[in-house]
Amino acid sequence: MTLDATTLPVIFAALMGLSILLYVILDGFDLGVGLLFPFAAPAERDRMIASIGPFWDANETWLVLAIGILLVAFPTAHGTILTALYLPVAIMLIGLILRGVAFEFRAKAPLAHKPSWDRAFFAGSLMTSASQGFMLGMYVMGLEWTVFHVVFAVLTAGALTVAFSFIGAGWVILKTDGALQLKAVAWARGGIWGMALGLGAVSLATPFVSARIFERWFSFPEVVLLAPLPLMSLALIVLLWVALRHLPTKGDHFAWFPFAGATTLMVLGFFGMGYSFYPYIVPEQLTIYEAASSPESLKIILFGALFVLPMIIGYTVLSYTVFRGKATSLSYD
Amino acid sequence: MDTFLLSRIQFAANISFHILFPTITIALGWVLLFFRYRFARTGLQKWMDAYMFWVKVFALSFALGVVSGITMSFQFGTNWPGFMEAVGNVAGPLLAYEVMTAFFLEAVFLGIMLFGARRVPPWLHILATFLVAFGTTMSAFWILVLNSWMHTPQGYELRDGIVHATDWFAIIFNPSLPYRLGHMLLASGLTVAFLIAGIAAFRRLIGDRTETVSTQLRFGLILGAVLIPLQILMGDLHGLNTLEHQPAKVAAMEGNWETGPNVSLLLFAIPDEAARTNHAEIAVPNGASLILKHSASGVVPGLNDFVAEDGTVMHPPVAPVFWGFRVMVGTGMAMLALSWLGVLLIWRRGADALPRPFLMVTTGMAFSGWLATLAGWYVTEIGRQPWLVTGVLTTEAAVGDVAAPMVMATLMAYIAIYLALMIAYIGVILHLARRAADGKSPTREEPRDAPISVPAE
Repeated sequence: MTLDATTLPVIFAALMGLSILLYVILDGFDLGVGLLFPFAAPAERDRMIASIGPFWDANETWLVLAIGILLVAFPTAHGTILTALYLPVAIMLIGLILRGVAFEFRAKAPLAHKPSWDRAFFAGSLMTSASQGFMLGMYVMGLEWTVFHVVFAVLTAGALTVAFSFIGAGWVILKTDGALQLKAVAWARGGIWGMALGLGAVSLATPFVSARIFERWFSFPEVVLLAPLPLMSLALIVLLWVALRHLPTKGDHFAWFPFAGATTLMVLGFFGMGYSFYPYIVPEQLTIYEAASSPESLKIILFGALFVLPMIIGYTVLSYTVFRGKATSLSYD
Repeated sequence: MDTFLLSRIQFAANISFHILFPTITIALGWVLLFFRYRFARTGLQKWMDAYMFWVKVFALSFALGVVSGITMSFQFGTNWPGFMEAVGNVAGPLLAYEVMTAFFLEAVFLGIMLFGARRVPPWLHILATFLVAFGTTMSAFWILVLNSWMHTPQGYELRDGIVHATDWFAIIFNPSLPYRLGHMLLASGLTVAFLIAGIAAFRRLIGDRTETVSTQLRFGLILGAVLIPLQILMGDLHGLNTLEHQPAKVAAMEGNWETGPNVSLLLFAIPDEAARTNHAEIAVPNGASLILKHSASGVVPGLNDFVAEDGTVMHPPVAPVFWGFRVMVGTGMAMLALSWLGVLLIWRRGADALPRPFLMVTTGMAFSGWLATLAGWYVTEIGRQPWLVTGVLTTEAAVGDVAAPMVMATLMAYIAIYLALMIAYIGVILHLARRAADGKSPTREEPRDAPISVPAE
């Protein structure tokens, strides 16, 4: 394989896809924890924060990497997408600011201010999740602001928010025990419907927006080859539903399953989307080949990425290993 | 107001807010490593107390830096798409290297540094602290490479108006990088030195007699006293480098309209761009020529050289550059006076017996590093105008086509949130200082995470 104007855009699209996927899973669970804040008692909130404390910063960095790759590898697409999504991007950024700082302030500000920072943490998580869901909907619809598209995007905004709260509940089930874990199981039971609905809405809407995507999914033999994707998703949702009826178990077996199941669903959904939209980076307008920047610049980034990405993944694994097990109280000493 | 102006104000507001926090974390990371190391070596609780206090400020500053930094990275696309379209081939890899070699490093090891002391062996905790400090410095390096390249671009060629990289070594080690990087790292060191001294002075003033406060006062003032002469020297070198590569910026800094020898150093003046002259000048004869050319008859460039025949002004707006420069230098001189006086007082009377008026002034200067840093960045960034990348891309050509009311709406939202966060940030630092002074800060008697045995005394 030679590195040129045909292979490099694919490699960078894959790298960007990987970053977005990791972001959605990793920041997904800590956003979800923020979304569940109003349902938890103040003492439980501290424990929920403790479960994401060592990770959230690095989780958010995957968004920076994803937007960075979009920026550096596909500069024209970057401008088109971000100017079209100007307002939701701004709302997401303000949400990210609010939750990032509330996380720190709630523990350090005078005790009387803590409930306000808790509210800011929830509001920030909600703004971030909803605007990301909104952007997903607008992207699927081709980035055009029509009434129908906005309605659809509002629907995906709601669905992604519930999906994040589901994966967040899965994380809390995994990282806590006792009454809080029991509560989290109930939250997950409530959230699984949103997750299924969101996945279903995007999967059904995408082929009907574009004849090209319809063709990709429903022509023979693709329709048979691709059948495992929706079937696996469906089976997984059923399994999750069954599991949530029996959790928590004695000896805490299968506490990992809701989180792992939600993660797998996101991976499946992501591959479905990737398959639908390839080779477009701006749906139906701009392909990754047209949008890619010059091969010389992409090569120098790839060279670094091949060295550094394994290291990043290595020390991320180290961090999750150091903080494995049930979350206890968070302290600096 | 039009989209261009609003977008500029918005970017300026974001980057001004953002830079405050890296300015603290870059140097504070190394200071924390020093505190941690001193504790490991001496076992004295005062070092652990200092570490425990400042690590909280570090975590808070880091979070503010991260979230305001994410905002910046998105603004390239939302408001300045022309920037990446024109120079993305150079800016892209530099930003990518920043994310890959710095952001992940600091973010992941910050988790271990903050919350891992009891979960990992001491050597790994110290290593994590080191990697966080190293990561913040690497981040500063890459972003200053890009910023310096925007001031003094080289190692590229233009094809159809798009920049293509030809020599990465030349791009990275462009002419203004060493001076800009040195100037910024020293600025960060000074900001932290005066912040530590200032907050320690505040604690002393409200009655905190603990040993760690004396240690922090001594540490902050000595660090400031050592760094400020280095900074003045570095600033001078940086200025000479700017004179060589961006003479229009220096002309604006000096408020000098006509190129010529024997140019005065203006201590005060009101530059009038419409009349192309200064009012109410207070000047030192030959001063600018002496500083810039090291000779009274040295020729200093004037702003009138940068006006095209058709009247197009190709030099930066004069007043903000002129005033920004004076605020920065004035703050630096105040830092010099305070830190040297402080060292003298410590030498003569000890850090436990610093006079109250001195402590009050030191408290007042806790955030002086922010003032100088912002003023300095205004000088260099406004001084680059009308260019975004000197000689390659004008700022106006890069602005995105977003409706002005939309930019106005987001600008208002950002400003409101930044003001609120600024108040909360300073409020929380003072709150932490008060709590520490009240002895309510949880400091443990015996260090469980220390690799050393505590001396018996």
